[in-house]
Amino acid sequence: MHELSLCRSIAGIAGDHSAGHSVERVRVRIGALRQVVPETLVYCWGVLNEGTDLAGSTLEVEHVPAAIDCTACGAHTLLSLPALRCGTCNSSDVVLVSGEEFLVTSLDLTEA
Amino acid sequence: MGRFHRHADGTAHDHSGGDGHDHDDDDHRDVGDHSGYDSGPLRVEVLERILGENDRTAAANAEDFASAGVSVVNLMSSPGAGKTLLLQRTLERLASTTRVGIVEGDIETSLDADRLTGLGAAVSLVNTGNGFGGECHLDATMVRSALPRLPLADLDLVIIENVGNLVCPAEFAVGEHTRAMVYSVTEGEEKPLKYPVMFRAVEMVVVNKVDLLPHLDFDLDLFLANLADVNPGVRTVLTSARTGEGVDAWCAWLTGITDS
Repeated sequence: MHELSLCRSIAGIAGDHSAGHSVERVRVRIGALRQVVPETLVYCWGVLNEGTDLAGSTLEVEHVPAAIDCTACGAHTLLSLPALRCGTCNSSDVVLVSGEEFLVTSLDLTEA
Repeated sequence: MGRFHRHADGTAHDHSGGDGHDHDDDDHRDVGDHSGYDSGPLRVEVLERILGENDRTAAANAEDFASAGVSVVNLMSSPGAGKTLLLQRTLERLASTTRVGIVEGDIETSLDADRLTGLGAAVSLVNTGNGFGGECHLDATMVRSALPRLPLADLDLVIIENVGNLVCPAEFAVGEHTRAMVYSVTEGEEKPLKYPVMFRAVEMVVVNKVDLLPHLDFDLDLFLANLADVNPGVRTVLTSARTGEGVDAWCAWLTGITDS
């Protein structure tokens, strides 16, 4: 249940960047390899922010699939499992190019 | 804190560079449409790592460890994999040669910490159950709270026994030098594919309870292949904390950390 901890961190970052404005929407980008359940994160966001300045704000999760580039054959593979093997030549000589993102990307603010 | 401002054309930015916050440089890209904000909400670009605050505290822990000259391993597993028994066996072997401290993370009770006292190690307990039903992991701040109860300058090695959980602990850096996990052969071959964050986060997997292999359908080769797919190059050692098999090899790896 570390989604609640993550929401506390996200709320802290939103507070740091809102400069006294009212926060309408917070966008986060989370890679598939992060094992964060977006629905749980959104649920925790609502619970955590009840009665605070962030009450009623929307948490929008941009989910990024995991993908690898093969060093051996150059193929690009979107991963359905976290196994780091090229989908074309089965080589394990691959570079992870997405899937580990874990960012607050932007806020929508309204005049307070 | 970043400097928020609004341009005459209605776009808004938050300039956070050089303010001490950690940013994921691989991930800087412009987000969203920066036109058409004459009415409606202002979009402020942030691009800040969600766990940046934790990582700053972890860096402070790492500085304390470095100045004390102590090596630190973050030991993780699911509940019941055998971390605490392995640590008992480990302390019995290392007590005469290596000065060990333990940070014992548990949601509730001192039961595990009690098992580790009297074996020559300094033990500092952190119960995580003071919050929202108990945190499922140790974060950098919890570990920091445990450090004043350890004589860091007099230790060679600190082992952080994390909360038993195969998901959450792997996300939170605590200032450790390396991470290891204990995995028991009763947990099945497929778990590396189901819990990639944990299996990718570690340098060493202790495959424990191997004394049970004759009684199980566990396919060790398939498990090791799944593990290698998720974390190529990870080290493994086969142990039975119960019989003592392989514990010397695990201890040799641990003492190798203190030599490096």
